[in-house]
Amino acid sequence: MSELPVSARLYIASVAVVALGAIAAGPHAEIDVAVLVLLAVLFVLAESISTMVDGGRVGISPSSSVSLAAVVLVGPVGAAIVGMCAGAHIRRQQLVKRVFNAAQFALAGYAAGHVFLATGGQTGVPGTESFPYILVPFALAVVSHTLVNALLLAGLMWCLGAVGPSPRAVRWRPLARLELSSFGYGMVGLFIAAIWGVVGAFAVVLVLLPLFIARWGFQQYVAEQQAHDATLATLAQAVETKDYYTRGHCMRVARAARMIAQELGMSAERTQSIGYAGMLHDIGKLGVPTKVLQKAGPLTEEEFAAIQLHPMRGYEIVREIGFLDETLDGILHHHERMDGRGYPMGLAGTDIPESARIISTADVFDCITSTRAYRRARSVEEAIAELRRHAGTQFDPRMVEALITAVQREGWSTSDPVEPSTSDVFETAETTQQDHDDPGLPIVGERDA
Amino acid sequence: MRGADITPRPRRSGRECGLSRSGPATWLVVGGATIIAAAALLWTLRTGFQQPLIALVFGVVIACGELSRITLPGNREIAPIATAGGIGYTFLTVVGGQAAEHSVPQVIAVTTLGLVLGELPYIAISRQPRYVDLARRLLLVALLAVLFRPLVPYLGVDPPNWWLTLTAMAVLLVITWTLDFMGAAWVRAQRLRTRYGAALADEWTAHSVIGVAIGSSGILIALASSVMGVTAVLVFLIPLLVTQVAFRRFAEIRRTYLQTVRALSRVTEVGGYVDHGHSRRVSQLARSLGRELGLREGQLLELEYASLMHDIGQLSLRDPVPQGATVFAPPGEQRRIAELGSAVIRETGVLDAVAELVRRQCEPPEGVGDGPPPLGSRIIKVANAFDDLLGQEPDASRVDAVVDRIRMDSGSEYDPRVVAALARLREQERL
Repeated sequence: MSELPVSARLYIASVAVVALGAIAAGPHAEIDVAVLVLLAVLFVLAESISTMVDGGRVGISPSSSVSLAAVVLVGPVGAAIVGMCAGAHIRRQQLVKRVFNAAQFALAGYAAGHVFLATGGQTGVPGTESFPYILVPFALAVVSHTLVNALLLAGLMWCLGAVGPSPRAVRWRPLARLELSSFGYGMVGLFIAAIWGVVGAFAVVLVLLPLFIARWGFQQYVAEQQAHDATLATLAQAVETKDYYTRGHCMRVARAARMIAQELGMSAERTQSIGYAGMLHDIGKLGVPTKVLQKAGPLTEEEFAAIQLHPMRGYEIVREIGFLDETLDGILHHHERMDGRGYPMGLAGTDIPESARIISTADVFDCITSTRAYRRARSVEEAIAELRRHAGTQFDPRMVEALITAVQREGWSTSDPVEPSTSDVFETAETTQQDHDDPGLPIVGERDA
Repeated sequence: MRGADITPRPRRSGRECGLSRSGPATWLVVGGATIIAAAALLWTLRTGFQQPLIALVFGVVIACGELSRITLPGNREIAPIATAGGIGYTFLTVVGGQAAEHSVPQVIAVTTLGLVLGELPYIAISRQPRYVDLARRLLLVALLAVLFRPLVPYLGVDPPNWWLTLTAMAVLLVITWTLDFMGAAWVRAQRLRTRYGAALADEWTAHSVIGVAIGSSGILIALASSVMGVTAVLVFLIPLLVTQVAFRRFAEIRRTYLQTVRALSRVTEVGGYVDHGHSRRVSQLARSLGRELGLREGQLLELEYASLMHDIGQLSLRDPVPQGATVFAPPGEQRRIAELGSAVIRETGVLDAVAELVRRQCEPPEGVGDGPPPLGSRIIKVANAFDDLLGQEPDASRVDAVVDRIRMDSGSEYDPRVVAALARLREQERL
């Protein structure tokens, strides 16, 4: 964000001017200065402690509950002043961002304050008689606070030219979750305002304590999730150490599978379980004798039967993990074909679980684009042509097209063919003479041969 | 333990319910809670409920909280919202401008009814609660009520002296929670046969943070109800609900993590490198030994991960060790497998402690060069040797023979403390 376009600078400046104008216009008479100062300090503190949620794309923090408490306690202008203080937090941030943040919070607070007053709310510490009817104007205030925030941000994105995705491409579920949580944080503001009359500024501490603990809990969860994924990836790769050329295969299949799932608009949760399936799809290969896996030339009936077992073996290994069924399906059926000539069950068409159709496409795509001991890697274009040729018979055309769209947009880094090193640690690794994933090899469609 | 584990039964959650494997502490806690609950209920039914609407609202909140109970890592069942509801009801002095007049028995009765009501759906689908944790939830509120309600007249009700009240609430919460921890640790030490000190520290680690969230939410409802009336209870649910979701997710991913390591460490068995079920048996024995030696829960988890993956280095071997039993392999080969496995685990970037345990699993107790290996490594060495030496015939005389054989090498090859723990397990018929 170092080089902002002129339009964005103008936009931020005008938002800031409007915010300052609103504050200057007043009225300032009814604002309790002591309360205002305390709120501002607490707001800055909360904003400083806050960390980013949702991968750092949109930051929401308990500070919005302080801002909404200000709406009730000190009215629209007071809320705007408190919001202005968002620029003073002690996290490291660029000046432009600070200014925009401050103006955004100020305008949101100002708007929420007026909505609150217009729908029947009263400025000041709410007394017993205000409840429960105050909930209505307050909820409306929270909604308008969120709305103004979102609109101002959308305006900035538009100026930055970052508005690309059509409404269909926006992933609504995470967005809804985010909005819901920011609504929740907002409602807590009423809580702060209500017990402000009882314990004063200590109210904020009492109210924000559970919120920060919640945040801490989520951080623990995210850290544990990352640790789990790292461990899973490492163990899946450990199984591949036997062969130089398939190293990293599982990681790349997982990536391609996630790309397809995202392209199809699947939820984050489904995308993740399909990623797991990609990571673990060949874990059962360990149960197949190495000499069969690496054999050059046509396979005998028994050898082919042994190869056909690997999805089942993989399924058996991971069955006990609390994965979604999609992951297990993806592993078990990743060698099924659309025309029903695949294994282990010979399912056809849409009888094959969606996740398996994704894995099968991603699997072969990576196989073609990586180097094998017996051939060089082929280009992405060749792989696309190959996938298209087999779409409908081997692959689901939907998955193939989704992968192609995603690859053309995001690009695909083909595996770097590391030559077998002579390092002591990997002296035992061997190279495959043919890969069971490779299309056009005798294994595929061997059944009716 | 061996006979039962040869055919691993599918365990979806590994969670034990009801009163299985309970010591006298469990019976005391559950029995005490039952008697107190019954007495309070009878008393309240005779005298009638004061301010029934408020009692109803809190009862419903407690029931909903109990319905949404969660299980933290280490099979700890908690119901944050139910507990906070109970605490809030206990601390209620003024509701919407009116003095709250409920008695100690009424607090206990309302909490009991709420908890029971929330448990009914679970019992209907035969997912019994952990009765000891349920009883502790009730006892916590009961104890708090006994200590706090008599103070209410002295705290000044109209207008209340809030700072005095707040201090009293905080102090009493700390006292009751400390007692609760001690009780929980007592039960846990007996159930898992671990040391009381370690169990107490574990309870503290597991509960303290969420406990602060629950306690402050409880105080909040009480304070806010004075202004907002019972609407306060609805608004307060939001932050605690968010907290609860976070902790639930954490517990779920922790469970999945363990399942993943358990499942993927089996690839050595599928690949024919080690005997079927070897990793799992070694990890179970290692955990029993670790508890016997007073390891903390965090250390036990690392030990479990390390012992599950202790043979993962064999994946890098061209030919499996004969019968997969590393104890018969030459020392150099053993060390190489350990190094290779440790390198794999270190690759994760998050399991360095586990990698270290695996790396030093075959060193003698005084170590080779850089000091004695960590206790975890010494435990894995004994557990692995035990399982390898036992082979396929787990009868009583053979177990004795194996223990004696390991004892002969105690000091030179195996850590005497661990060997002594193994012998104790044998005496208690737990091998």
